Amino acid sequence: MVDKQRVDEATGTKTVGHEWDGIEELDTPMPRWWLWTLYATIIWALVYVVLYPAWPMLNSATEGVLGWSSRGEYQKAVDAREAELEPIRQALVSTDIHDLPKNSALLNEAIQGGRSAFKVHCVQCHGAGAAGSKGYPNLNDDEWLWGGDMEAIEYTLVHGIRNPDHDDTRFSQMPAFGRDGILQPNEIQDLVSHVRVLSNREKPSASATRGAALFEVNCTICHGSDAKGDRIQGAPNLTDAINLYGLDRASLTDTITNSRYGVMPRWGQRLDAATIRMLTAYVHSLGGGEAAPVEKDSAEQAAATSEEATPADEQS
Amino acid sequence: MSNPDEILDPELKLYEKRKGVYPKAVDGTFRKLKWVIMAVTLGIYYITPWIRWDRGPYAPDQAVLVDLANRRFFMFGIEIWPHEFYYVAGMLVMAGIGLFLVTSAVGRAWCGYSCPQTVWTDLFQHIERAIDGDRNAQFRLQDAPWGPKKIAKRLSKWTVWLLVAMATGGAWIFYFADAPTLVRDFFTGEAAFVAYATVGVLTATTFIFGGFMREQVCIYMCPWPRIQAAMMDEKSLTVTYKDWRGEPRGSVKKAEAQPGSFGDCIDCNQCVAVCPTGIDIREGPQIGCITCALCIDACDKVMDQVGRPRGLIDYVTSEDAELEQAGQAHTPVLKTLFRPRIILYFSVWGAIGLAMLFAVGNRTRIDISANHDRNPLYVQLADGDVRNAYTANLRNMENRPRTMEISMSGLGQAVLWSSEGTRETAGHTVTVKVPADSVGRVRLFVAAPGAGPQREEFSLTVRAEDDRTAQDTHDVFFERPESAE
Repeated sequence: MVDKQRVDEATGTKTVGHEWDGIEELDTPMPRWWLWTLYATIIWALVYVVLYPAWPMLNSATEGVLGWSSRGEYQKAVDAREAELEPIRQALVSTDIHDLPKNSALLNEAIQGGRSAFKVHCVQCHGAGAAGSKGYPNLNDDEWLWGGDMEAIEYTLVHGIRNPDHDDTRFSQMPAFGRDGILQPNEIQDLVSHVRVLSNREKPSASATRGAALFEVNCTICHGSDAKGDRIQGAPNLTDAINLYGLDRASLTDTITNSRYGVMPRWGQRLDAATIRMLTAYVHSLGGGEAAPVEKDSAEQAAATSEEATPADEQS
Repeated sequence: MSNPDEILDPELKLYEKRKGVYPKAVDGTFRKLKWVIMAVTLGIYYITPWIRWDRGPYAPDQAVLVDLANRRFFMFGIEIWPHEFYYVAGMLVMAGIGLFLVTSAVGRAWCGYSCPQTVWTDLFQHIERAIDGDRNAQFRLQDAPWGPKKIAKRLSKWTVWLLVAMATGGAWIFYFADAPTLVRDFFTGEAAFVAYATVGVLTATTFIFGGFMREQVCIYMCPWPRIQAAMMDEKSLTVTYKDWRGEPRGSVKKAEAQPGSFGDCIDCNQCVAVCPTGIDIREGPQIGCITCALCIDACDKVMDQVGRPRGLIDYVTSEDAELEQAGQAHTPVLKTLFRPRIILYFSVWGAIGLAMLFAVGNRTRIDISANHDRNPLYVQLADGDVRNAYTANLRNMENRPRTMEISMSGLGQAVLWSSEGTRETAGHTVTVKVPADSVGRVRLFVAAPGAGPQREEFSLTVRAEDDRTAQDTHDVFFERPESAE
């Protein structure tokens, strides 16, 4: 190839000796500054190696005199965000929960924070969209076992549900009517018929009529004579379209025979007050949140006296 | 031609130092044109950010503003939001096709007159001449040993260059923030770091590119000369040395001694002396020629002096050059200009421009987009109804706060409410206040009877109360459980 090198007449430059279909490559010298840029990149690299983590060692890389690390940058960003949020957290804790809905900016911050906290602490049972599943309540809907205004939700969060070692926890227990021999299997079937009639899933029948009498004796103390539940005891409304464990005959038979109940940790011992308030605001904002009761009584009592579980009457 | 010994030893020539270019001052038609274009382009660059444009109390009053922080682009009466970036893309496409159009019609006119590299290099060369003197004085100063006089001249030249460079870099940032505020913050040290960094980088690049790199930017760095070489054809204007008229070259004396054996070129080298890129146009069209036509001015002046006709170096298309060489008349300018290729470029360029003008004139400054909650898709309510939730973004692209009304249609007995309202007070519309020039976000709830299709389409329409002619509609779905038990 070298023997094909020649001096190009037009430019006076030597060719490199390559030739493609009569087209030859000139060996034009590079501009000198091009070399300078190479030296500049070398200097840059040397400075970089000194300043930043660079050489891989056995366990980590050399640290660099600036002490920079991506993890450190991340921590800085997190700390900066925490510092930004601190005033909001303090404002949240010092605001009366009844006044929170009036402060829409603070409420919005709380909802956003609650959305994040929910993803960490609550989705395991209630699901990413808070829609729950069988046995785990859907927090988007308008039925609440223990009350759906801000104060009631916060109480449930702080004290949990059925924490045996905690006096203030939400507590109730449905008897295992079948297992404990309170009712016979045929009586349970009659009760099942009655409950299904209550929520319009079955037409009235002789069995349901017999069940109604059994319901009067065994169930009204918690579920109420109108079967619309009792929020003080977390007893569900049996007449509406929402159910937690299923209203088919098999599920109902199982529920009445063996009893069912859910458990929720008391978050008061795990999370700070601001985070709990954020979670309260978020859950309340999902669509089923109820207004605070007008009465001076506690939320549970107000809810218990309410005839309807629909927000219509809660508003009053 | 280089020294043959040097050529035969390639190792010595791996890298080559830049050959200095010391263009001589020249006056003439094209020089005057360059002055005018320099004044206009620099004027546009420096003055534009300071033009005010009243947009009311809710928007900046700077006529041209690229507000990156708030993601708005203001250009006189037009405001562009990020989702309308296709207008900017359209302008870039127009700029690209515009360059094709200009190149195929008048060759490398962009390079020769209005490219920032050319304009600033030209400015720097004038400063150089004012301080160091003209071409020959510059040669002498370059070769002179470093002494007090040379140091003083170099320092003063670089200082003036640096000031120009700083003014150049400094003006750039005013396009991105309110200019009067920024200029105050900049000098009191309160401007953002990015402002100082931008000025620093642009000052450095202007100083280096205008003062030292100059024609090397065009020859080695810029891709455009290569692209333009492909855009040009035999009907594109280019600076041509009429070798058939000029060759063989010979001085006036030689020509007088041997009449008839020499061409018009008197080999005075003036065309080379004035060239800002340091080429010899008499070697024919080449990559280094930016067609600034200063050699035409220089040659015309010489031709006048020796009493020969002007135009030995001239703007000629290569087609006309061949015709002239054959003794025929040039193709009429209009015929050259209105050839299919140029008409095509112009039509495409104009069509894009008209389409964009039409689109800008017809765009509504109100917009809704609604996202259906994906988890959960629907919520069973206690009374048997089903509720769906949506997050709606309402764009208020006017520079005033507006009250907007979202209405629902196509979903039977359904009711609509927002997170501010309740189901009990729900109806078919929701009213939302959206601040000026911003996006309002509202969470919408829709409840409909549980009996119905699993998936039902309906639409959300937004209107502003102060201007009910403009509206925008978004179609969304209402989802129900698969089957009621």
